[in-house]
Amino acid sequence: MGSIGSLYRSSVGKKSIMAASGLLLSLFLLTHLLGNSVSFLGRDAFNAYAEKLHSLGGLVYVFEIGLLTLFLIHIITGIILYVENLQARPARYSVNTAEGGRSWGSRTMPYTGVIIIVFIIVHLLNFHFTDKSVPVADLVRGLLSRPPLALFYIVSLLAVALHLSHGAWSLFQSIGFNHDKYNGVLLKGALAFSILVGTVFILIPVLALVSRSFLL
Amino acid sequence: MSDIHLTLKIWRQEGPDAPGRLQTYASGPISTDMSFLEMLDVLNERLTGEGEEPVAFDHDCREGICGMCGAVVNGHPHGPEKETTLCQLHMRHFKDGDTLVIEPFRARAFRIEKDLVVDRSGLDKMITAGGFVSVNTGGAPDANAIPIPQKNAEEAMDAAACIGCGACVAACPNASAMLFVAAKVSHLSLLPQGHPERARRALDMVREMDELGFGNCSNERECEAACPKGISIRNIARLNREFLKAAILSDED
Ligand code: HEM
Ligand code: SF4
Ligand code: FES
Repeated sequence: MGSIGSLYRSSVGKKSIMAASGLLLSLFLLTHLLGNSVSFLGRDAFNAYAEKLHSLGGLVYVFEIGLLTLFLIHIITGIILYVENLQARPARYSVNTAEGGRSWGSRTMPYTGVIIIVFIIVHLLNFHFTDKSVPVADLVRGLLSRPPLALFYIVSLLAVALHLSHGAWSLFQSIGFNHDKYNGVLLKGALAFSILVGTVFILIPVLALVSRSFLL
Repeated sequence: MSDIHLTLKIWRQEGPDAPGRLQTYASGPISTDMSFLEMLDVLNERLTGEGEEPVAFDHDCREGICGMCGAVVNGHPHGPEKETTLCQLHMRHFKDGDTLVIEPFRARAFRIEKDLVVDRSGLDKMITAGGFVSVNTGGAPDANAIPIPQKNAEEAMDAAACIGCGACVAACPNASAMLFVAAKVSHLSLLPQGHPERARRALDMVREMDELGFGNCSNERECEAACPKGISIRNIARLNREFLKAAILSDED
């Protein structure tokens, strides 16, 4: 025993893979958040930060491949779990009433997940597969000052926050960490983390929309 | 006590492969001192008198300890009262004129036998797969020969309160049986007598659970809220821990 393959055949193993990939994606999100926060320091700082990042060259490439792999693992496992869960109750109830355990975040995990996939594709087309000679500050302003696109970013980032409001607690439960002493802190911490991530990311399209001086 | 009158919409299904449907009945006068199952008894007596097939439902102890009863009432397994089995649910919790939709527990792994009766032998199969300790019989050991921390004894006792009713499966949006399996794995792995087989047990019970076609746990917490014995999802975390430790570190497979 001990191989990922055999873990993958079991429900608990799949959930632990969901949790591990979700945790790593959340950590990536945190670094992305810190990076984006440089934009609040002004145009020059943000452009310099982006330059610095690109100058890392090969390292960035390795990081991108790793991230893509994580996303694929998380997405494929998520889809398998979703389909298996649907099949586990072929006949639905005539009356569905929640017992009070589910949250908005937990009920919408697969749907917020799908929104995130669409978002990532659009986001990569906007900022990754694009003309890299344009300074990043101009790129951000140019794209996110357009109301429809800014709105799409805001809605998608709300979906990310909702996904995390459940996921950031759930991952601990999945890997077996739930203790009287810490569970309250974890539940509140997950909510706080999702609100922090949501707010800081959303601030960028909002500022690009309403502020005349942002990144200029 | 006063009587109430209810509209009952009950799932009627002749057999596992027959199509089912909700049929509406007027309850007639129901004493608020009755239990939910007594209310069904009254209905069944009337139906029998009228030459109609009575509603099939499971029950045994009617004291909330055997785990035989159970149906979904207005979307709630065992009805709307917290930590109460259907047999212990009193009709005083309902109001005159209420409409109650009564359905069987639904899951792929729980085949409907008839009306509200479902085949929950999957729960027994999971116990057979690993929910036991193998102890040879012999002379009775001295009491307190094996020291057990008080906290462990209490947590094991809490987990052992599971009556195997299957309401957790019925309540779970994914029809997962994790709370049931977690209760049993916790109960045994918290006690020294359960330690020799703990890795085997976690692996075998989870494998059986998956093979029987129960869903995966999404940590929705609906099971905990529906459980008539208040089994906590902390037991599910313990099961996850036991399983991952066994799958990654133990020699068992
Ligand atoms: C920003 C990227 C993402 C992050 C940080 C993230 C994070 C997480 C975390 C922490 C969990 C909890 C894992 C657990 O319950 O143990 C989770 C669950 C889940 N994620 Fe994501 N996720 C992301 C993107 C996606 C995408 C693109 C999908 C699309 C399929 C997705 C689908 C799911 C599903 C369906 C679950 C629930 C699995 C279950 O409990 O059955 N996620 N995610
Ligand atoms: S865990 Fe609770 S709901 Fe599930 S079988 Fe045991 S007593 Fe019933
Ligand atoms: S009939 Fe025994 S628990 Fe309800």
